[in-house]
Amino acid sequence: MNILESIARLFDSFLERLDILFDQTRCRLGGDGVLAVFLSAPALLVLGMFGVFPLFHAVHMSLYGGKYGMGRFVGLANYAEALRSETFWHSFFVTVYYAIGTIPATMALSFTIAYGLHRIVRGRGFFRTVYFLPYVTSAVAAAMIWRALLNPQYGLANVVLGYAGMAPQDWLLEPRGVLHLLTQGHVPATIGPSLALCCVILFEIWHSSGFMIVVFLAGLTAIPRELEEAARMDGAGALQVVRNVVLPLLSPTIFFLAIVSVIKAFQAFNNLYALTGNGRGPVDTTQNVTVYIYSNFYEYQRWGYGAAVATLLCIAIVAMTLVQWRLAGRRVHYE
Amino acid sequence: MIGRILLYIFLAAGMAATTFPFLWMITTAFKTLPEALSPSLHLLPVQWQWRNFIETFQAAPFGRYFFNSFLVGTAVTAAVIVSSLMAGYAFARLDFRGRSLLFGVVLATMMVPFEATLIPNFAMIRRLGWYNAYPALIVPWCANAFSIFLMRQAFMALPGDYFDAAKVDGCGHLRFLLRVGSPLVKPALVTVGLFAFLGSYNSLIWPLVVTSEDTMRVVQVGLTVFSGAEGVRLHLLMCASTIVILPTVALYFAAQKNFLESSLGSGLKG
Repeated sequence: MNILESIARLFDSFLERLDILFDQTRCRLGGDGVLAVFLSAPALLVLGMFGVFPLFHAVHMSLYGGKYGMGRFVGLANYAEALRSETFWHSFFVTVYYAIGTIPATMALSFTIAYGLHRIVRGRGFFRTVYFLPYVTSAVAAAMIWRALLNPQYGLANVVLGYAGMAPQDWLLEPRGVLHLLTQGHVPATIGPSLALCCVILFEIWHSSGFMIVVFLAGLTAIPRELEEAARMDGAGALQVVRNVVLPLLSPTIFFLAIVSVIKAFQAFNNLYALTGNGRGPVDTTQNVTVYIYSNFYEYQRWGYGAAVATLLCIAIVAMTLVQWRLAGRRVHYE
Repeated sequence: MIGRILLYIFLAAGMAATTFPFLWMITTAFKTLPEALSPSLHLLPVQWQWRNFIETFQAAPFGRYFFNSFLVGTAVTAAVIVSSLMAGYAFARLDFRGRSLLFGVVLATMMVPFEATLIPNFAMIRRLGWYNAYPALIVPWCANAFSIFLMRQAFMALPGDYFDAAKVDGCGHLRFLLRVGSPLVKPALVTVGLFAFLGSYNSLIWPLVVTSEDTMRVVQVGLTVFSGAEGVRLHLLMCASTIVILPTVALYFAAQKNFLESSLGSGLKG
């Protein structure tokens, strides 16, 4: 105990010395520049080394051909190849399907549940805790459960379909499109997302709703109760209160979640990889852009080409974010 | 009144959908293999097979996987807490040239997909000689933009009086940060720590890419390999999933009061 105390005191006086030192540089230079560099150095060093530098390295690498990015300089040939490649565009559409399938549904569901939780008092903490559970569990372990439930031979999903008098499905192993299956074959099997991809989308909605619920609930709690009550007093119905009072006041939260989830959807990988075993799924129908990058990197060792596709993905994400910023940013109400 | 009951029914239905896969996992983990593989709605095992857990640990070196995951997760969590506490304070409370530009760059790194930097990062790890070693699993994750952002928001939300009072008492920035600041932003720190541990513990691709030896595997990689090798030994697979999920759920319950208190929601708004 005594030793610990004296160490703490020693550390304290050490910090005091440092503080005095930084204060002197401050007097000489004006501004806290030196102290700021000292404090942010660890974070910036790591971010710079593993976040920013690799980005430039990837762009550089994308200009080279051959295996392991060791081939000759090819200029923009890798980009041209990607943009001409049918597989690339297919993977791009898988990414888009995934984003369209997950984001609006997760948002609507999470908001509904969060608003429900906002309206109750008893049990709110308990429900919130439980709803958040899938989010803290690893996608890998959760995917093991879903794979078992959706297994065509012994999965529970087909048992339930059987009780409902419907034909069993191949779920995660089904390359045919959902539209094809739903219309009994009127739509060609290759049009639209495959059933396998839809299973991944459903998994993602289940896995990540908890995060949105917690963020929505925090946003709802920040809304002054009087505003809702005043609207109700004036004779507004429940839906009108939500549409005209709650949603506008929640727009900063919605805006934040929209931006984050678009970025997340474009970066999706773990779910696909864990649910399908290799990310590509049946007949490559779940191969999105990130899985495509991974395949080129890991299986074909085409580092230059993979880096080119990665750069294209970055450009797409930045463009999406900027578009959202321009379109929705001005419609967001801050108090 | 009826509306309230319907609301509770709706919330309970949502909860059932959320938890059902977990309940199924736990009960299946206690079944015999033929029982686990016979598709039916009988959820509870006829007899609870506790020895499934022993068999799971015998089937794969999960002890080693857990050791690796905890070592890496703890190191990452400690590093993220320190780095984002310091950087968050600097961005929130210090006055220096290029602050907003630098912060903008930090935030922009959030947009970069991890897979985009995967190839160059892997090349760097090879060059550093960290392939199949702990630094490869730890160092790249020692700081992230989201944590810095959260800590900055937490420090910005503190009333300025604290800083002024400390200054009057002759307390410099560093001592203030350690003595006064950190206890005040504890909920945010717990949130950052929780997310750092979860992120590290639940990560799959990076450890899969930078390790190849069985002794260096973390639990997520171990579980993936196990599922491939075990195939249809479903009861053991569910056992393994249960023990992989358990630590994060326990940690979440331990941290959740601070976590939910934290400015996660309001902090995210700005």
